[in-house]
Amino acid sequence: MRERWPLVIFAVIVAAVPFIPGMPPFWIVLLDNIGLSALVAMGLVLLTGVGGLTSFGQAAFVGFGAYTTAVLSAQYGVSPWLTLPLSLLVSGLAAVLLGLVTVRLSGHYLPLGTLAWGLGLYYLFSKLAFLGRNDGVSGIPPLSIGSLKMLDPGTIYFAIWAAVLISALLTMNLLDSRTGRAIRALRRGHIAAEAFGVYSPRAKLLVFIYAAVLAGLSGWLYAHFTRAVNPTPFGAQAGIEYLFVAVVGGAGYVWGGVLGAAIVVVLKEVLQSYLPLLLHGEGQLETIVFGILLVTLLQLAPTGLWPWLTARLPFKPAAKTPDTSIKLPARERSAGTPNVLLQVDNARKQFGGVVAVNNVSFDVQAREIVALIGPNGAGKSTTFNLITGVLPPTSGNISVLGKAVGNAPPQDVVKLGISRTFQHVKLVPDMTVLENVAIGAHLRGHSGALSSMFRLDRADEAKLLAEAARQIERVGLGDQMHQLAGSLSLGQQRIVEIARALCVDPMLLLLDEPAAGLRHMEKQRLGALLRDLRAGGMSVLLVEHDMGFVMDLADRIVVLDFGTKIAEGTPAAIKTNPEVIKAYLGATA
Amino acid sequence: MSTLLEVTDAHVSYGKVEAVRSVSLTVAENEIVTIIGANGAGKTTLLSAIMGVFPLKGRVAFLGEDLARYEIEDRVARGLCLVPEHRELFATMNVEDNLQLGAFRMSKAHAARGFEHVYTLFPKLKERRKQLAGTLSGGEQQMLAMGRALMGSPKMLMLDEPSLGLAPIIVAGIFEIVAKLREEGVSVLLVEQNAKAALQVADRAYVMELGEFVLSGKASEIATDQRVAASYLGFADAAAS
Amino acid sequence: MNTTILLFLLQDGITNGAIYALLGLALVLVFAVTRVILIPQGEFVTYGALTYASLAAGRMPGTAKLAVVIGLVAFAFDLYAMRKTLHAPKIARAFALHVAFPVVVLLASMWAADQRMPAGVSLVLSLLIVASIGLSLYRIVFQPLAHTSVLVLLIASVGVHLALQGLGLLFFGAEGQRGPTLLTASATLGSLRFTGQGMAVYGITVAFIIGLWLFFGLTLYGKALRATAVNRLGARLVGIRTTLSGQIAFLLASTIGALSGILIVPITTLYYDTGFLIGLKGFIAAIIGGLISYPLTAVAAIVVGIVEAFSSFYASNFKEVIVFTLLIPVLLLRSLAAPAVEEEKD
Repeated sequence: MRERWPLVIFAVIVAAVPFIPGMPPFWIVLLDNIGLSALVAMGLVLLTGVGGLTSFGQAAFVGFGAYTTAVLSAQYGVSPWLTLPLSLLVSGLAAVLLGLVTVRLSGHYLPLGTLAWGLGLYYLFSKLAFLGRNDGVSGIPPLSIGSLKMLDPGTIYFAIWAAVLISALLTMNLLDSRTGRAIRALRRGHIAAEAFGVYSPRAKLLVFIYAAVLAGLSGWLYAHFTRAVNPTPFGAQAGIEYLFVAVVGGAGYVWGGVLGAAIVVVLKEVLQSYLPLLLHGEGQLETIVFGILLVTLLQLAPTGLWPWLTARLPFKPAAKTPDTSIKLPARERSAGTPNVLLQVDNARKQFGGVVAVNNVSFDVQAREIVALIGPNGAGKSTTFNLITGVLPPTSGNISVLGKAVGNAPPQDVVKLGISRTFQHVKLVPDMTVLENVAIGAHLRGHSGALSSMFRLDRADEAKLLAEAARQIERVGLGDQMHQLAGSLSLGQQRIVEIARALCVDPMLLLLDEPAAGLRHMEKQRLGALLRDLRAGGMSVLLVEHDMGFVMDLADRIVVLDFGTKIAEGTPAAIKTNPEVIKAYLGATA
Repeated sequence: MSTLLEVTDAHVSYGKVEAVRSVSLTVAENEIVTIIGANGAGKTTLLSAIMGVFPLKGRVAFLGEDLARYEIEDRVARGLCLVPEHRELFATMNVEDNLQLGAFRMSKAHAARGFEHVYTLFPKLKERRKQLAGTLSGGEQQMLAMGRALMGSPKMLMLDEPSLGLAPIIVAGIFEIVAKLREEGVSVLLVEQNAKAALQVADRAYVMELGEFVLSGKASEIATDQRVAASYLGFADAAAS
Repeated sequence: MNTTILLFLLQDGITNGAIYALLGLALVLVFAVTRVILIPQGEFVTYGALTYASLAAGRMPGTAKLAVVIGLVAFAFDLYAMRKTLHAPKIARAFALHVAFPVVVLLASMWAADQRMPAGVSLVLSLLIVASIGLSLYRIVFQPLAHTSVLVLLIASVGVHLALQGLGLLFFGAEGQRGPTLLTASATLGSLRFTGQGMAVYGITVAFIIGLWLFFGLTLYGKALRATAVNRLGARLVGIRTTLSGQIAFLLASTIGALSGILIVPITTLYYDTGFLIGLKGFIAAIIGGLISYPLTAVAAIVVGIVEAFSSFYASNFKEVIVFTLLIPVLLLRSLAAPAVEEEKD
């Protein structure tokens, strides 16, 4: 409970504010606006700051929430409390439809896409007859509990801030969970997360809907606060402003959304009341200052004000070391392990006219370390990608435990007990080593987003973290467990990747250049670890350039050159193979 | 032999971490100098800072002129050239365009001579001249990066880990070229993890550990130094054994 | 529908499409060189058009003063950046670019506004004013952010758009304006009437497309701009000044934007915020072209123009809705067509 104290204190302060004697009513209106804006920004924090999906279109979801309740309560007399779930549902459904299209967009196409449908929806709101066209809908009833009608800003204040606080709590819970880690991994690209069973389109859609529902909630509150809606606050300008709020506060932090909302709303108020006096111009002066401030902020503090503020706080939250005595049940495996774990049979991969892997065949047996060597560009990493389902083979067969893998996606391949590391380290640098490694155990947990939000996932979560901690100890990085992965040396990061792969409880480990960047001693330790794993029944397939390391460790070596297998055999045989010396080792011996 | 590059008491910081501390080095005309050391010793940082990619405290002089007020582009114009660790090629442009841009500051006639020179050194590049740089193999990309640098007729070439990720046989070829460049009057400052190969080709060497030079001298002497052999030559020669 | 209406709509669509094509090309250019998605392109359009209209009407446009103010700020940025290594030729160059140039243009505009000069003079002055703004904006906003991600640049770009649009209202007021035509000649072919203005639009668009294509494909300087786009550090290491490349890209883009504005302001009434919408349509074309391909962008722009013309005839209320939703399937196709490589983001 200790980590919740700041939230409790904040809630008490928020609840006390309206009772401060002499509090100007206008300030309460500002606080209401801050709360409404904070809700939307919180969704954007999850979507943009954490999930890496920039949206300029959040204002449209606020519009869905607001118009739903406006039409139903003003025109059909439905009780506002009944329209609340409907508002959230409509925003959520809109998010599903738009999200299905949008989350597939890559890179900068995504924010542009949100800008496009944001504008389209704004024009739709302002043209549809049943939404009142440009005039909108008025005569919306206030919220009421019994005989208490929330007519004035001072009473709806409690509804708005209760929504903010509850949403913040649920959002923080969500982020600190199995699903949360999957979301946080999205920003660094999808390949690593998918290799451990995360369905990234699904995770992206989830945050997209989550953000939209928060925006819809804000819209519902807004409609009953102003009691009239028109299209203007749901246009592109507003969408941009919400993003601005998140960026100002700190797009990666839940409280950054609240802080950003406070700053922007107050600033806007100040600018609107004083700028015209200063400059004697007509309207929209605040947008000029806004634009300039946004640019200045990006240049001076690109991560927003919240991290800047917390870095100056005297106390730091203590990291909890997981209790490693909790056992995570082993991954389910098919009964009886056959001798051949992996069979690559005439695998071929062509990129346009270039043949990257040319009808390569080899196998990996139980308790065996096989090395894949060859010059750069020989097709080693592509072979890894074919085995793990990142790329579909052009032709040929890959089978695991006698079952053909076919075009199975990475998420299915890892379920078979094959896990991997990457040539270019793919960790989430701003997550701790523990959290990164826990992604490896993703498939061995079961809690979903909802149970995480309501903290029903704690038993499951403790098991996952315990397993992650055990694997970190095993690879010898116990002291670095709570450091951010990005602060480790590249060599250590490669070892973290191995721990993450071990969390799958694999029977076959695929390591892509694990020894690159390691010092002499560290290489020896890595070699010992791999021998240890082999003794424990695991097989290893590795790509490596350090011949000393490979020759020492491998049971068998497969040599590729220009996508074709040119040799296979024991280290001793490979060392003296004339073909291999010519193509790869060189005659410098 | 006159001094080409002179670095005096250089410090380079990455945020709060001082990655290079009080380093001094010289490279003379027609000389190959190597800096060896483990990963994370600060070699790449030092080279990049000499080139002007990072700010450097201390003095860097090239041909006797202080480089402090010059940016990367001005240093290139003075004949100092870096082939960086990640090669930094123009991946979506073809080999020929990459090379042509290497001679960006040169006259047309000069560029034509450059093409001839580079294609003689690396015949493979001529074969692939219409291929996009991003589709070349690792070894070919290294050749292209070196070729592009040579197009600008540098007086001194700084090579950062040219052997990184390359098969031993290709590494041997790259080092042969390095030796050839010296004969053509280009000095080379070579940063390498592959200490054995680097010490074979170099005249002098510096050993870098945790941001500082701990040893320097003739390459042949460094190669036989006990400490160096234990720390850096242990695994590197296993491939050839 | 009869043929006359069909032809008329097509003609209208192509004229608008040509403008979108110009803007799309400028967007592609800027993105390729600086990775900036130039949302304020629309403001360059507005500024160009309304500056031209103001000058032609004998009024002194506020944009000329703005150019001087941002120029001074840009010069201050340059001085600050050079504070340790004050180097006379560099200071002189920065002064000429960011201070002398806009001041001279300002004085010329003041003089021209009094004299009621011919349209050609107003046109040149308007282009110079907007070009100067574009140039200095790059220095102030985007050059310091050059090393950041496309996303940060995009958000900054939105910030610039907000500021410039607000300033546009301040300078030009909320009322719309029209400017004098450049070419008054006209010809009739069957039921279609070709105005001189329309022909100017087509001619200038085609010339620009061919020019850009030649520039990037064949010239060393064009290749250098592309190289900067592909790999900034790589470009610097061969001696290409990336800041110079960025300046050239912004100079070209702001000039193209202003020119587009000047081409349409005799045909349609422009308001301080019209440019944004026009720019976004150029954008749709640029995105269809993948922010890379010039010919594809040009063709797409024509299609956007035609779709817009037809939807404004059949469903004028939903014109904007149709045009903007057009983008979504396109984005989707683009995304699916993109190779499944990992994006390294930070």
